[in-house]
Amino acid sequence: MSTETTSTGTTTTETNTGLTSTDTASTEPANPKAETAEPTSTEIRELAFGKALNAGLRMALGDNDQVLLMGEDIGPLGGVFRVTEGLQEEFGTKRVFDTPLAESGIVGTAIGLAMRGYRPVCEIQFDGFIFPAFDQITTQLAKMTSRHEGQVSMPVVIRVPYGGHIGAVEHHQESPEAYFAHTPGLRLVSPSTPNDAYWMIQEAISSNDPVLFFEPKSRYWNKGPVDFSASAAPLHSSRVVRTGTEVTVVGHGAMVTVLLQAAEVAATEGTSLEVIDLRSLSPIDYAPIIASVQKTGRLVVASEAPGFVSISSEIAATVTEKAFYSLEAPVLRVTAYDTPFPPAKLETTYLPDADRVLEAVDRALAY
Amino acid sequence: MAETVQTVQLLSADGVLQTDDTAAEYLPYVDALSDDDLRQFHRDMVITRRFDLEATNLQRQGQLALWPPSHGQEAAQVGSARATRAQDHIFPSYREHSVGMIRGLDILDIITLMRGVSNGGWNPKTNNNFHLYTLVLGSQALHATGYAMGINFDGDTATGDPETDQAVIVYFGDGATSQGDVSEAFVFAASFQTPQVFFLQNNHWAISVPVSVQSRIPLYLRSQGFGIPGVQIDGNDVLASYAVTRKNLDEARSGSGPRMIEALTYRVGAHTTSDDPSKYRGDIELQGWIARDPITRFEAYLRSRGEGDGFFAEVATEAQDFSADLRRRTLALATPSTEKLFNHVYSEPHPVMDVQKQWLLDYEASFGGNE
Ligand SMILES: Cc1ncc(C[n+]2csc(CCOP(=O)(O)OP(=O)(O)O)c2C)c(N)n1
Ligand SMILES: [Mg+2]
Repeated sequence: MSTETTSTGTTTTETNTGLTSTDTASTEPANPKAETAEPTSTEIRELAFGKALNAGLRMALGDNDQVLLMGEDIGPLGGVFRVTEGLQEEFGTKRVFDTPLAESGIVGTAIGLAMRGYRPVCEIQFDGFIFPAFDQITTQLAKMTSRHEGQVSMPVVIRVPYGGHIGAVEHHQESPEAYFAHTPGLRLVSPSTPNDAYWMIQEAISSNDPVLFFEPKSRYWNKGPVDFSASAAPLHSSRVVRTGTEVTVVGHGAMVTVLLQAAEVAATEGTSLEVIDLRSLSPIDYAPIIASVQKTGRLVVASEAPGFVSISSEIAATVTEKAFYSLEAPVLRVTAYDTPFPPAKLETTYLPDADRVLEAVDRALAY
Repeated sequence: MAETVQTVQLLSADGVLQTDDTAAEYLPYVDALSDDDLRQFHRDMVITRRFDLEATNLQRQGQLALWPPSHGQEAAQVGSARATRAQDHIFPSYREHSVGMIRGLDILDIITLMRGVSNGGWNPKTNNNFHLYTLVLGSQALHATGYAMGINFDGDTATGDPETDQAVIVYFGDGATSQGDVSEAFVFAASFQTPQVFFLQNNHWAISVPVSVQSRIPLYLRSQGFGIPGVQIDGNDVLASYAVTRKNLDEARSGSGPRMIEALTYRVGAHTTSDDPSKYRGDIELQGWIARDPITRFEAYLRSRGEGDGFFAEVATEAQDFSADLRRRTLALATPSTEKLFNHVYSEPHPVMDVQKQWLLDYEASFGGNE
């Protein structure tokens, strides 16, 4: 039941939503034990997104002794999503450790560790629990390099499982990325495929700037090919994942799956969509988006977050400024509603699905 | 807050060395000080008070946006700063001017912050590990704790050699103790048994709010609930501040975990140059603390040891010169170039910074040059 983008940009689509619905009331989702993630350098292997992340973290830990993993339940348990499974056992409790249960404390001490020369990778357990760390992220971490006039770097990664589609209770399905994208000094990325998960986590860890790494949690169990020989693209680049001619659709994280479904359906109706995976939310790589809009003349931007003052709004404004004469229609946004994330039984209404994307595509085409 | 029986005081308010049981434990640290060390304590305090006044005046004359005076807190700061060892790391709040000076920071670096020329900008590595000021109350407690965790991970502490074993000291105020970050720092420090001293200057006020609003118990007791031993000292006694900090830092660096010191002191001046203390505190309280002035007290002690007028006059002149030089250099500070807006937001190249910087440069040039 998955839609996967291969590293060459072609897609294979099956029928279902492509999004795993798992009851996480226990917050301990089942762990796919099927494969271990021991890469050999030339291999291309099928891996679940979560396993690919795990493999990427293992590589980063192995490459650089200064890399530390820290967070709640990430040690013996391997994180509530098992992304760090086995890493404490392999690298020891000094490299991979459980912290006290305090998000501001996690990020605040990570800043001190970065000052000391470490490269901490913090796990925030769920999107809705990042806000106790908001001051340390936006006021401390983001400004530390600037306040030191470049004499101190902050190579801190904050991993955030985010987004809906898993039927979880409140505070467990949110998309808070815009709060952080608004903050100068931070970089934000969000992989949508196992291959990107594997490579982008390593690239984020090797960045000397703070990176918020948004992991679309509904994708953790979806498999896809991971090419262990080379990274497909630089960290802060967006990428065309399906070529088309009539309307460009852009999104990130789990939304890429929705966009690919929409493109598949549109194709059966004779409409050609070009799908772009944003990958980087700050900075945004506009070149592929502008190039695409120059070709299609129409842009629909989709995200799971509320639309007001969002990544989608930002893209709409910028593309309007940069490609005004190419546009045949206003840039349209397909977002969650400007309401709190609803009880999970309503999430399929709240989150944009392929039908809502196609509704916007139709509107764009009607201009 | 009333002093408790446990309050460590080595010099009485009139400058007499105490030898009671509470003091006895710390007297060996005082005995180890040379005459020159003692003179230096005095010099540090007098210079600080003098440039602190100069900076206040500079603000009054429109040369600084703000100045947070340290008047009254010199003993707490000088004693604790002199107790640090070269390899230690210091995480200040925003009033620890003398601590910075003692660690070798040019006070002009603090002036640039308060003048709006920088947001800090000094390099801790080239300033004897004196980290940046932090204006967001309590945040630095976590940075200090994380740093101290790193010292542990590196094995650069608890080897048994106090000359090289590293420790961290973090400064914060009575108001800041109410911040969640301070409590979280206590939790992490206790959990990871960091080589760290939490140095609280209880100056009895958080702007206009008395310490009784922050805590119903003496604050040195608070850390004990987190598993961190606490001690209360007379913070206007430079010898107590020195000896107790020295002991606690050395205990922390020996591997026995974090410590907390509450220094009872008083903010004699306004909270900052923007404040008006007459609206919230009475003159009787103020006069009571002025009578316990840390510099007067220590001068009495030095005189009782035979120090003569010549030394005190010499220090006064030195303080005067220091301040005059600071004033001269303050007035000579240049406004930063507009490029500074963009230069260090990120450590690595960033397209948005490049584009916006170029746009601004072109925009300014469109007016026919930068002038
Ligand atoms: C998080 C935060 N809240 C409010 C302020 C505004 N503020 C600056 S100093 C201060 C009082 C601090 O009192 P205390 O911690 O006792 O330190 P002191 O100024 O007495 O040295 C306040 C409320 C701030 N800087 N940071
Ligand atoms: Mg105070």
